[in-house]
Order: sequence, then C-alpha cells, then structure tokens
Amino acid sequence: MGTGGLSTARIGVITFPGTLDDVDALRAVRHAGAEPVALWHADEDLHGVDAVVVPGGFSYGDYLRAGAIAAHQPVLRAVVNAASRRTPILGICNGFQILCEANLLPGALVRNAGLHFLCRDQRLRVESNATAWTGRYAPGAEIVVPLKSIEGRYVADELTLAALEGDGRVVFRYLGGNPNGAVNDIAGITSADGRVVGVMPHPEHAIDPLTGPSSDGLDLFRSAVDAVLASVRA
Amino acid sequence: MNDLHGTYFLSGQRVTSRPSAGSLTRVPRVVVDVVPKPEILDPQGQAIMRALPRLGVHGVRDVRQGKHFVLDVEDDVDAQTLHRIAGELLANPVIEDWTVRRL
Repeated sequence: MGTGGLSTARIGVITFPGTLDDVDALRAVRHAGAEPVALWHADEDLHGVDAVVVPGGFSYGDYLRAGAIAAHQPVLRAVVNAASRRTPILGICNGFQILCEANLLPGALVRNAGLHFLCRDQRLRVESNATAWTGRYAPGAEIVVPLKSIEGRYVADELTLAALEGDGRVVFRYLGGNPNGAVNDIAGITSADGRVVGVMPHPEHAIDPLTGPSSDGLDLFRSAVDAVLASVRA
Repeated sequence: MNDLHGTYFLSGQRVTSRPSAGSLTRVPRVVVDVVPKPEILDPQGQAIMRALPRLGVHGVRDVRQGKHFVLDVEDDVDAQTLHRIAGELLANPVIEDWTVRRL
C-alpha cells in the first residue's frame, strides 16, 4: 500500500449518496494527525490508503434496508479486498450497517426497540483495546460520544453472539441503560482479526470539546494511525 | 381497462399489449415476500397491534411487518437466480425469512 517510508497514515473516508458524516470523519482523521483522503462510492480502488472509515448517514436513503444498497457498490468490493489484507476498516452508524450487510462483520442492525430516532450523548465502555481502532484506550475505559440512529439495535443469532462474547470481540457496550434494545448492550464489535470495527455511536463527532460532548472519540483515529505505522514497521 | 399501449392484470400475470407485434406477450411475474424471523423483535408490527383496538378490531394475536416485492422477469431467469436475488439483496438472511413465488 502507499506507505513506503511514511511518517503518517493516509486514511480514506467514503462518501455515498446520502452520507452525512463524511466531513466530520475527514476532520477527525486530520485531528488524529493522519492525511485524510476522500473516497467516492463509484471508486473501483481505494487510492492506496492505509485505512478506511465508512461514515454515517443515510446512504441511498436507507432504501431496502439501511446499508443494503451501499454494500453492493464498487468501492465496497475494494473495501472487502482491503479487509482481507488486514487493512483497518471502521464503520460508524450507517457504516456499521454497511459492513454488516457486506458480511465483513456478523449480525445486523434493526429498528430501535422503542421505534424512536435517538439523538443524545451516550456513555460507552471500551471492552477491548485489542483492535486496530482501540489500541489507545485502557481496557474498561468509559467514553461519551453522540448516538443518533433509528436502526441501531444490534442483533445476532445465539451462536454468533456466543462467539463474539467468548472471543472478546464486543468492543463497545452501552452504559447507563440500553438505549435501543441491542442484544447484550452491544454498541460495537470487531472482526476475528481485530482489524474491522463497527460502532453505532459516533466517535467522529467527539474529537474536540468545542464541537462535541468530549474528545473521547479521537483515540479511535489515533489508534488506527498507530496500527498502520506498526504494520509498516513489522 | 386496457388500451393499445396499456397493461392489465389477468390471473396475477401481467399481459402487455404490443400493437406492433400484433400479439400478446406474457411477462412472468415473481413475488418475493420478506418477513422478520420469528425470534427478531418487530417493534413496527407491535405498533400496528397496538393500533388495532383503536379501530374497534379485536382478535388479532400478532402482526409481523414485512416487505412484498413484485418482479417482472424474463423466461430464462431460473429458480436458483431468483433465490440469489432474494437471499443476497431483497432479504438479509441474518434477520429475515423469504419466500419466492412464480405467479
């Protein structure tokens, strides 16, 4: 990948028709000291980036199912290929839904149990720092980031759930009450290799106290920079 | 009901009138129904349940809300392809069951 002798990481952020949070995600990448690279849904390749953020919003108007149409776009084929090469991939909110629809992460995200769109600052526990996106957090760290979703309820069958819990692949859990009925209070999970992470709340909105409830989310992006630099050195 | 360029419905099949061909061309119609799996909580179905008494309707034990797709397909689209369409795009097998019916 495009990292020969690099001093920092190039992190791509994908924009689909209907994506909302790409600008904040690009800004979060910049705040983390990485070079942000805008990627487009029709791109056949990832322009040599070292990591990819699939941001939130309403890609394709949530037609059919949230994330279902985006999961079949050309850029997602490139993301699936990159994931097989251990490229760090982060899906946030609609991005998490897209990664599940693309089978990069197990389970699915369905309508909130209470049917309401939720928009609030949400407390989370970081359950695992053994991923490409959470290495900077202390295990068990509590963070506050915005949650804003209506299709935020994580579900998976019992076998999948047992595997996720048993292998330490639940990365974030809701604290202070379950906001949407997600099974086991799950707010985020990771792939078996810890390189792909999906999270329903929005760390990219919490990178600067001026514009968010905290700067707790910034360490996801810094962690990815660490992971990229470590894999180059390795 | 139908004019030279129109369509009408007959026994669930769309019959398209093509004046230039001078004959009727039948386009096979396929219906895919998608519903949430029984173990998946369906809050939209529950909201419909709660609205029924307000209509004065009683005796409905459960409501599951799903999706109904109507496809007009060429003759050479086989059953295996239809199930691919249903299982890889129209439904998410993690949360939904589906049926494919040719009309």
